[in-house]
Amino acid sequence: MNNVLTRVTEVLVGILFGVGLLISGMTNPKKIIGFLDVAGRWDPSLAFVMLGAISVTATSFFLWGKRPLSLLQSQMRIPTQTQIDPRLMVGALIFGIGWGLAGYCPGPAIVSIAAGNPQALIFVAAMIAGMVVFEGFILAVKPRPSS
Amino acid sequence: MTFNYAAFSPLASFSGGLLLGLAATLFFLLNGRILGISGILGGALSAPKSDRLWRILFISGLLASPVLLRIIKANWVFSLANSDIGLPTLIMAGLLVGFGTRYGSGCTSGHGICGISRLSIRSIVATVTFMSAGVCTVYIVRHAFIGVFQ
Repeated sequence: MNNVLTRVTEVLVGILFGVGLLISGMTNPKKIIGFLDVAGRWDPSLAFVMLGAISVTATSFFLWGKRPLSLLQSQMRIPTQTQIDPRLMVGALIFGIGWGLAGYCPGPAIVSIAAGNPQALIFVAAMIAGMVVFEGFILAVKPRPSS
Repeated sequence: MTFNYAAFSPLASFSGGLLLGLAATLFFLLNGRILGISGILGGALSAPKSDRLWRILFISGLLASPVLLRIIKANWVFSLANSDIGLPTLIMAGLLVGFGTRYGSGCTSGHGICGISRLSIRSIVATVTFMSAGVCTVYIVRHAFIGVFQ
């Protein structure tokens, strides 16, 4: 039963997150560029998206973040890394450049495809290609142990 | 700096943000997982088969969201537009976002929403970094070298 409910949650949370992105304006690259364009005509809306999202999420992490198991009895998979390494900073830098160029981050781009935006389809295809390049790059730098 | 009153949408953006927070809450409270899109999608491409189904179900939910809103005739809430950039820039941007989010272990959702909410120093550093990089990029593309990337 828990297994079925876990599967249902995965789909429903995906839908809810997608609706949130569509309402918030994150699926509109003009609003993203408008937020990042502090030297132009600045649109601070994105700050309100973050404010709304973080106020809810931070409260729930504060209340329930230390649970040993989830309500549906899954392991809690919370990241444990704490080190600030060059990889984190370089990755975020590269992501930020791409984000500033197009005004799409991964979630809104995926949702925009289904909303009927052909530009988002091209972006996501390139984004997936970038992720595949990453897999090859990581393998080249740190080969997986042969099994 | 001037203020773009016409585009400013604090109420819609804040309400959408509340939904994003609710989704992130349900995901970790019910399933014990952090809601981070780049990790979920990247893992769907690379993770072992047993770790793929939940990723595909979640992404199906994302793709279903605008379709469902359209079915219940609520698509007036959509905020959609085309970016005004050219095809080569669009493709370059996609490649950078795909590689960068995986190399930096997260994007706007995993680092920006969930990480900051957990008070993770890594996520705070990552978010400040990609926001600053975004601001600098927009400045270079839209003020310093106007038209080059259009």
